[in-house]
Amino acid sequence: MDNIAGKKSSLNWAVQISVVLLVALWLFPTFGLLVSSFRTADQISSSGWWDSLFPTQQNLTLRAADPDDEGNQVLKDGLYIVEGNLFGEAGDAEISVWGTSSRAIDANVAGDTAEMKDGETMTVLSDGTYRWTSPEELSGRGQRVFVTATTPPEFTFANYDNVLFSGNSTDSMAKAFFNTLTVTIPATIIPIVIAAFAAYALAWMDFPGRAILIAIVVGLLVVPLQLALIPLLRLHLGIGIGKGYLGVWLAHTGFGLPLAIYLLRNYMVGLPKDIIENARVDGATDFQIFTKIILPLSFPALASFAIFQFLWTWNDLLVAKVFLIDATGETTVMTNQIVELLGTRGGNWEILATAAFVSIAVPLIVFFAMQKYLVRGLLAGSVK
Amino acid sequence: MEAAYKGLLTIFLGVGGCLLYFYLSNQILDKVLFPAKGAMAGRNINRANMIRPWLFVFPAMAALGIYLAYPVVATFWYSLTDRSQGDAFVGLANYQQMMAEPKFWEAMRNNMLWLVIVPAASTAFGLLAAQLTDRIKWGSIAKSLIFMPMAISFVGAAVIFKLIYDTRPVDQAQIGVLNAVWLQFDGGVGSWLILRLLPGLLMLCAAAISAYVAYGLFLAIREKGGAVLRGIGIAILAFITFSFLSLALGAFTSNHAYGEPQTWLTIPGWNSFLLMVVLIWIQTGFAMVILSAALRGIPEETIEASIVDGANPFQVFFKIKMPQISGTIVVVWTTITLVVLKVFDIVFAMTNGQWETQVLANYMFDKLFRANDWGVGSASAMIIMLLVSPILVWNVYNARKEMK
Repeated sequence: MDNIAGKKSSLNWAVQISVVLLVALWLFPTFGLLVSSFRTADQISSSGWWDSLFPTQQNLTLRAADPDDEGNQVLKDGLYIVEGNLFGEAGDAEISVWGTSSRAIDANVAGDTAEMKDGETMTVLSDGTYRWTSPEELSGRGQRVFVTATTPPEFTFANYDNVLFSGNSTDSMAKAFFNTLTVTIPATIIPIVIAAFAAYALAWMDFPGRAILIAIVVGLLVVPLQLALIPLLRLHLGIGIGKGYLGVWLAHTGFGLPLAIYLLRNYMVGLPKDIIENARVDGATDFQIFTKIILPLSFPALASFAIFQFLWTWNDLLVAKVFLIDATGETTVMTNQIVELLGTRGGNWEILATAAFVSIAVPLIVFFAMQKYLVRGLLAGSVK
Repeated sequence: MEAAYKGLLTIFLGVGGCLLYFYLSNQILDKVLFPAKGAMAGRNINRANMIRPWLFVFPAMAALGIYLAYPVVATFWYSLTDRSQGDAFVGLANYQQMMAEPKFWEAMRNNMLWLVIVPAASTAFGLLAAQLTDRIKWGSIAKSLIFMPMAISFVGAAVIFKLIYDTRPVDQAQIGVLNAVWLQFDGGVGSWLILRLLPGLLMLCAAAISAYVAYGLFLAIREKGGAVLRGIGIAILAFITFSFLSLALGAFTSNHAYGEPQTWLTIPGWNSFLLMVVLIWIQTGFAMVILSAALRGIPEETIEASIVDGANPFQVFFKIKMPQISGTIVVVWTTITLVVLKVFDIVFAMTNGQWETQVLANYMFDKLFRANDWGVGSASAMIIMLLVSPILVWNVYNARKEMK
């Protein structure tokens, strides 16, 4: 409708460009970490991740094979020859200029043959292949060659391999991953069941005190869970649950309930009244109405809450720290594991970035797969 | 693995148990206690229907009572007792002790800054993003990309931004973006334009806006009266104007250490803002989604009419759209305020409250689990509760109004 006046093309361009910039700004931080998680420790500490996206030019000092070693030196037509590749084997690196003296590292271009003392010659091709010849038998160490090489971007999965599958328990995210999963799934499903019944009663059953119960639920929505930490920890220790999965499941259930009841009630109230009344007239009990009519119809709201609760429990640090993780650290979750890595391996970005991405990956997949329900839940949960 | 089986078993027992509870309790009610047959059938049905709602809400209410309502009372009680004296009642001693700690006031001051800046910036960016993406073809893709940080944990975001703020010694290549950008400035003309003139002008603009609003209030007093409330408003705006002016002066005169990589997270004053950036980055998507829906909900006629009357796009946005979504803006603002009050993970993971970045939630965690001082810990939790309670009252009031 902004186009009614019919002269907005320049403004439209400005809008497009601003959105591109905004999106780029918002993606940039995550992208940096993602790129870093595919780089080796040396690469990360020697250059910024933004450099790794482009071919880099480096000055390297390489060495030809040692002529004294068996089999390296061949006598052919009166010439002693050592052949091979300066990089060990032909890779992606491309040599532009090279030299045999540290004072003139750009004396020759790739493909040239350089004359050295005592009639020796050296030929270096752009892929690193060299041919080193001499009329006399060569001895001593391999000839040094100074090259200026352009290396294409190089990435590795080694970090993920290391973080997920290595046996090293202090860095391993595999255990923490399964612990997080163990916390998350029951803590997502159980509150849904409990809340759905309560929401149905609050939406469609008439009883004294209903309005007050709804008001209490709305009030409890905003109670900071910080208040619950000490009393509940005492309670758990008192009744023998202690620190463990049961405690954290119960805590997440309790903390998730207000939002669950609120979202589900708001949704259920909006369901068509006729269906429910017809079912009542036909003799269905409330239990049957709930399981056969309300639950299937409420699927979008159930999905919305499930995503919220999943993201919240997966990303949670505080509740897990208080109710789950004991001194042995056997039950550590990923967020806690990352915080500990930040403390102990603060400079090891290859481990940190990879660990963080392992923990981010699952919520991101859920997010992009079920965004529709997440948005719907957000709208139902906050716009009144 | 053992825990995974335990988890599966818990899902099974939890879900099965809940369903079994609801099914059996309904059966008992209908078949055993008040059977719908015989002479009393009518009365029995009515009685069963009076009890049934409570069967449905009981598990939820019990869990809410134990896990949220009881702790509020208990925490209040703990804040008045001393654990080391065998839970003896000590009155307000914990609060006095807390008030005497500079770290507490640092946390309060920082929390207030967080409370002003994060909701304001998130809502502003969210509104900008919502408005810009509203009418373009790939708007939904852009929105979902800006929304994405919502799925990332605070801890994950802390790692992401720690990489941005990372510092290496002078002679090494900087791997943090912020330092890499910082080292591009050398004190020349470009640096003067970007680091002095631009922020200075922005601050001057902000000061001018707040002075203008104050002037508007002053005119309103002369026309309509209401000197007390408007007077307070003018006083606050005058203070804000003065703050912006001094910031502008600072932008022009402060010394910049050009060419030296900075350890950003240890610079008091700046580091809190750098932590706030993380939360703003996360919350903008939320604000954008809600505000975007609100913008879509504006009746087209109002916009068409204003365009026909010759309003330019800015006037349409500020004078037509903004007033119609002001209710939603308030909701977004309060929701983000609630998140800010509870912010813990970001500070815990990035600085742990060192270098003057403490906030209340982290202060509380410190007291509870490091200092083991449950009294002061509970007292600071009560402060958070106190800050939340206006929003709580407002929410309940609105919900009740809506029910009627």
